[in-house]
Amino acid sequence: MSADHPIYEVFRQERRGRPFEHAGSVAAPDAEFAEAWAREQYGRRGESVALWLVPRDAIRTVDEWADEFGLKYRRVDGYSIKERLKEARERASARAG
Amino acid sequence: MNELLLGLADDELVLGWRDSEWTGIAPVLEEDVAFSSIAQNEIGHARAVYQLLTDDADALAFDRALDEYRCAPLVELRLLDWAHTIARRWLYEEADRIRIAALRSDADPAVSGLAAKIDREEVYHRMHAEMWHERLRDESRFRDAVAELWPYALGVLEADQRAELARRVGLEEVAAVERGTHTDELAELWNEMTMVRRSAPAGAQW
Amino acid sequence: MAAAEIPHDEQALLAYVQAGGQVEATDRLPEDYRSKLIKFIEMHGNSELMGVLPEREWIQRAPTLQRKLALTAKVQDEVGHAQLIYRVVEDLGKPREQCLADLVNGKAKFHNVFHYPTRTWGDVGVIAWLVDAAAIISQKALLKCSYAPYARIMKKICWEESFHILHGRDVVLALVTGTPEQFELVQEAVNRWWGPLMQFHGTPIPKEDDPMFHWRIKSQGNEEARQQFLEGYVPQVLELGLELPDPKLRRNENGVWEYSEPDWDELKHVVTGHGPCTEERLAFRRRFLEQETWVRDIVLAT
Repeated sequence: MSADHPIYEVFRQERRGRPFEHAGSVAAPDAEFAEAWAREQYGRRGESVALWLVPRDAIRTVDEWADEFGLKYRRVDGYSIKERLKEARERASARAG
Repeated sequence: MNELLLGLADDELVLGWRDSEWTGIAPVLEEDVAFSSIAQNEIGHARAVYQLLTDDADALAFDRALDEYRCAPLVELRLLDWAHTIARRWLYEEADRIRIAALRSDADPAVSGLAAKIDREEVYHRMHAEMWHERLRDESRFRDAVAELWPYALGVLEADQRAELARRVGLEEVAAVERGTHTDELAELWNEMTMVRRSAPAGAQW
Repeated sequence: MAAAEIPHDEQALLAYVQAGGQVEATDRLPEDYRSKLIKFIEMHGNSELMGVLPEREWIQRAPTLQRKLALTAKVQDEVGHAQLIYRVVEDLGKPREQCLADLVNGKAKFHNVFHYPTRTWGDVGVIAWLVDAAAIISQKALLKCSYAPYARIMKKICWEESFHILHGRDVVLALVTGTPEQFELVQEAVNRWWGPLMQFHGTPIPKEDDPMFHWRIKSQGNEEARQQFLEGYVPQVLELGLELPDPKLRRNENGVWEYSEPDWDELKHVVTGHGPCTEERLAFRRRFLEQETWVRDIVLAT
């Protein structure tokens, strides 16, 4: 499924401070050609302030997860703060009153 | 009119025209895109130099008679094979580097400032030419193309700058093909370049 | 949606994409979907690349330095689009070399408009304005393509195409406000390009019958696209004092554009490789592809 020449993935930064986002790829024999070519393909209309070029082989994809036991306390929605806060406020105003 | 600057502008205009002949047919798509940027930069350089010399850059670029152009024969040649094209790019960038370096110390700040700007863009042209040169230098068709174009390349520069060019590219200085006579190829190019413009009266808007 | 959740079962995947779900290059694609993607996306890549040929000679003839630069940049974008698109096809399993070989050997298709000659500077304006406008309507719809890698490159493509339309319209405006001869250049070009433009979006088959709609590769029907084009651009053409060569063209009381039936036979004839310039352009491409094989052999060898 892959080409028989190296693929470099291109990540571009649109403005300083923004994240680098995947923008596409170039087929190139080495990093030097990849740079020369990506520079024009992803920067000629001033749409990027910076690029990262990464050989495709260097990228490890992680896209499978296991949460068999629904360990929601690791996520914000695992807490039901609203109920307890309401209770605590009612008790506090009862004490004050 | 400053012959040196006009020669520079005309070189960039005509070389930009020649480099644009690869639009859509370069050996690799990625290279096609990159090469087009080089051609656009060349046209941009021509325009900027014409603007130093006149208020109407388009008129200077397109409305002269054929024998009023000051380009070097190197850029006029039609070279529709990649070995010759890269050979010309590489030789031209080496020659131009020397020419631009001299212009950077011109007494006129408009000239030296413009030369500095051009120089900064040409950094990428040089990188590109060197990148290809490294890959092609052992190919006999490339070496033959360099040998063939070498006398033309020398003709891009003033006589006192040629020894340095020879040193830089590692070739013996030989008799240059000088500016002053135009090739038949330029006549063909000029004809096509100006055909639309000539179809309307002078001063027509486009 | 994580990869593990994309249904591997073909029916489930079909339901998923028909509900608007998107799929990545790393997902397992049913063969029918994958082969349709390749066919559709490859044709797009071929079209961008073949679109260069009618326009490239006008770079050389541009009457001002600004127009030369703008046109060079436009055509450069198109080559760039071809690069992006063929990369997507390659990641789907068909190498670029194979795509290019099929193209130059007449085994693959490209859009009708790129089989026709360009005759004047008027064509330059009309193509950049109206042909690119017709294309951008389809391309905007493809932003919703179920195959995410293709949908993503469409974003860059649409952004760049918007520059082209501006450039084209500017060229046309300069001509229609110039000399009578220059106005005539545009009118004459419009007369020639109108037929191919009306055919461009394809026959008005209902989208449910369009094989490319099944997997939501396309999400817009052909007639929907054409109506959008007419709605947007007919008024813009007419307001310049130009005429359109179709006496039946009108917007009816329901807001639907009526027009003379496009020549569907011509469309079929052209896209199957019998356009006025097809042979010559493919031969031109083939010549340089073959001539520079040695470059690819050296350079792309690592």
